[in-house]
Amino acid sequence: MKVGLFIPCYVDQFYPGAAIATLQLLEKLGVDVVYPANQTCCGQPMANSGFEHLTGGCNELFIKNFSDFDYIVAPSGSCVLHVREHLYDNKQPEKAQETAHKVWELTSFLTDVLKVESLPSKFPHRVGMHQSCHGQRGLHLSSMTELVAPDFSKPGSLLKMVEGIDLIELDRKDECCGFGGTFCVTEEAVSAKMGKDRVADHLHHDAEYITGVDMSCLMHMEGILRRQGSKVKVIHIAEILNSEL
Amino acid sequence: MSSRDKILAAVAANQPELMPLPDINFFKGDTEQVAEKYITVLTAIGGQAHRVNSWDEIKTLIQTGYDASQKRIISLVPELQEVASHAYEINPAAHHLADVELAVIQAHFAVAENGAVWVTEDLMGHRGLPFICQHLAAVININNIVPTMHEAYARIADGQYGFGTFIAGPSKTADIEQSLVLGAHGPRSMTVFLLNA
Amino acid sequence: MEQATKDHAELAEIFNRDEERVDWHDETLWWIRQKRDKITHQLPEWESLRDMASQIKFNVLSNLSTYLQQFEKQALAHGIQVHWAADAKEHNEIVHRILTENQVKQMVKSKSMLTEECHLNEYLATHGIEVIDSDLGERIVQLAGEPPSHIVLPCIHKKKEEIGDLFHMYLGTPSNMADPQFLTETARGSLRETFLTRKVALTGVNFAIAETGEFVVCTNEGNADMGAHLADVHIASMGIEKLLPERKHLSVFLRLLTRSATGQPITTYSSHFSKPRPGQTMHLVLVDNGRSVQLGRKDFRNSLKCIRCGACMNTCPVYRRSGGHSYHTAVAGPIGSILAPNLDMKKYADLPFASTLCGSCSNVCPVKIDIHDQLYKWRQVLMKEGYGPAGKKLAMQAMAFTLSSPTLYHGAGKMGRLTLKYMPFAVNNKLNPWYKQRDMPEPPKQSFGEWYAENRKKK
Repeated sequence: MKVGLFIPCYVDQFYPGAAIATLQLLEKLGVDVVYPANQTCCGQPMANSGFEHLTGGCNELFIKNFSDFDYIVAPSGSCVLHVREHLYDNKQPEKAQETAHKVWELTSFLTDVLKVESLPSKFPHRVGMHQSCHGQRGLHLSSMTELVAPDFSKPGSLLKMVEGIDLIELDRKDECCGFGGTFCVTEEAVSAKMGKDRVADHLHHDAEYITGVDMSCLMHMEGILRRQGSKVKVIHIAEILNSEL
Repeated sequence: MSSRDKILAAVAANQPELMPLPDINFFKGDTEQVAEKYITVLTAIGGQAHRVNSWDEIKTLIQTGYDASQKRIISLVPELQEVASHAYEINPAAHHLADVELAVIQAHFAVAENGAVWVTEDLMGHRGLPFICQHLAAVININNIVPTMHEAYARIADGQYGFGTFIAGPSKTADIEQSLVLGAHGPRSMTVFLLNA
Repeated sequence: MEQATKDHAELAEIFNRDEERVDWHDETLWWIRQKRDKITHQLPEWESLRDMASQIKFNVLSNLSTYLQQFEKQALAHGIQVHWAADAKEHNEIVHRILTENQVKQMVKSKSMLTEECHLNEYLATHGIEVIDSDLGERIVQLAGEPPSHIVLPCIHKKKEEIGDLFHMYLGTPSNMADPQFLTETARGSLRETFLTRKVALTGVNFAIAETGEFVVCTNEGNADMGAHLADVHIASMGIEKLLPERKHLSVFLRLLTRSATGQPITTYSSHFSKPRPGQTMHLVLVDNGRSVQLGRKDFRNSLKCIRCGACMNTCPVYRRSGGHSYHTAVAGPIGSILAPNLDMKKYADLPFASTLCGSCSNVCPVKIDIHDQLYKWRQVLMKEGYGPAGKKLAMQAMAFTLSSPTLYHGAGKMGRLTLKYMPFAVNNKLNPWYKQRDMPEPPKQSFGEWYAENRKKK
């Protein structure tokens, strides 16, 4: 099995730690992982702003970088959802489709493809899990409070394999943090308020760390925590799953 | 071209290819303990339920709660004429009902899942009566409780009525800061007598 | 009342200046969302009810021209007068004509979002006709001179003290009286007078049945019934999309509507009007006002499945924190944001962007409208049609250009240009909206790409 590592642009630039943990975790689990150096961005920032028609170049590049892999794995629900739903190429529509179907978000790749049942990880801390919307509602990584359906959580089931972890219950299990891509600046007031409220829920339950499958949501909450002078940290789920003592 | 024809032409031109109408007959409610469920739900939505074994029992309950010598009480139920202060008179305007304290009517059946009773205008005297009265009481046979709205519409079937309504509890509002207040415009209370006969 | 000059983001910013009020607004609506969750989880068949409702509505949309004619035929046969209005103006004129024919200068109205959409009250006011809204929440916003901020809970943005002040001013209650029970009782007394003296009553329509020609109006207060049964003339206004094929389909929709809206099992009154009562005249106005156009938009037509329960508003984290008026359209929130651009793309180009695309709206929707997908699709249409802010397109073109090229991307990354231009969360600058209430991430020593080149060279 040949796996291509897809690292979102802002993770590449600002959160290399999350990317390194993803790589190391997959390697630890015996996966043959390669990071194609010429990758840039999935095109979501343009598409969500209403300019999907300008993402042709990004799509072409994505297909060029990743179409030869058996699986494409990324530590982000949002970017994966974008590629799955919107990767197209008029010149090679079938190849685009095929590539889109090979893209996996990290935690679901671990639970559904690798079928991981235990992890050699330790993280003795009180952790709040943020359900990022694109992962949860878009990729169905977890059950959703709106639906009348059985409870489950792919990232949650992995966190439960981590020794020493103390997972908190939130008052609002799956409310959006308000990042929303360019929404975070175009709708600054509501975005920041949503972020403050989301963070408050974690703080209220004494979280030491806030984790999740999407660094973008975490970055947003980190910005608020820092501004508030809070000691609470954000950490990508890959870093917890990859942590050892 | 008239607006009617314009609209119909635009709709016909723009509507998608025909999509099938699904069969909804598979929805079936649980017929167990419908009376208990009905009472629980009606109580939860602010109504009152009484299980009774005779018309006399209903009369006593009404007469204990309402003084027909002081207030206007109307009964559309022949068996309960005695509780009325005035006989019901047919009048095309509902305005003459503005001072009715209690109206007693019969209902066709009740729905366990939501506390409603189904009433058509032939049981109301005037369409406005169940709304304009200060308090409303309805009588149903306890065997006439269906589990859900699916059975309710199966019962109504293609019955003809000029006006029919499901009534579930007293008139209410929560428009002011979500504080529940009973008696918005219509009855302040609703009592349902479940007659075991 | 017109707020056309400010967009959603600006109006939301104003709303957010009073954070305590935002918290109160958010928590009130979240409480309703929780009530909705609680009651829906009692029905194991909930998701299949949603499925069936969605399929029934798809059938309605795909056969609407036939159903409309079938409905009209039945309604006429039962003595209901049927009118057709191509747009808001025609709707208002029809209502006005009926009032004039009956020589009436006053009308009582129960909740109808359609008449809000058509701005009926304002239109009639200019013709010297007084309309009194009888739904308590609508009466309150009417006294305040505001439009409803929510389709089910019109005055959800108002505190009881503010309502007390309004009642003191207009209905003579004692000052500083804010008890909901007392205020409701006052409104009851005042509106009872209105019901008893109005010859014409207008109601909305929740559902209409093609098979039988009847229509159904749902209220908790009983105000639609009080109006209709006391009046000599009943006018019912409905959008053409409100039809259902057969009476039995009401079972599905009445089970879904109020559970979704307020968490109640059903509204207090679900009234089925089939014929005028003896001596009464009943008019039904079928309104298009852009609906047939929306029906032709493949990506957006299924917004017409909407049954106006308001669940998408209650669950929307943006709506809860920006208030209904920030949407500057009659139907606010997520559903309003996909309906409004159909009526006026320029005026409502901001609304599909007033969302994080979190998807909660689509999950609560009882008729399974893919609301968040449509928000995304409207963004594409609006930007392609050129309704975006000036400069946005150029910025996006430059961004797409940089991100399509690994060389430019890596170069820009190294130089920090990528950050400056495209990643607002990384620019420490007072003019940067990100930085207003959030800190920037700490820039790492090297990017992952650089780390990988150094550490995995041999692989």
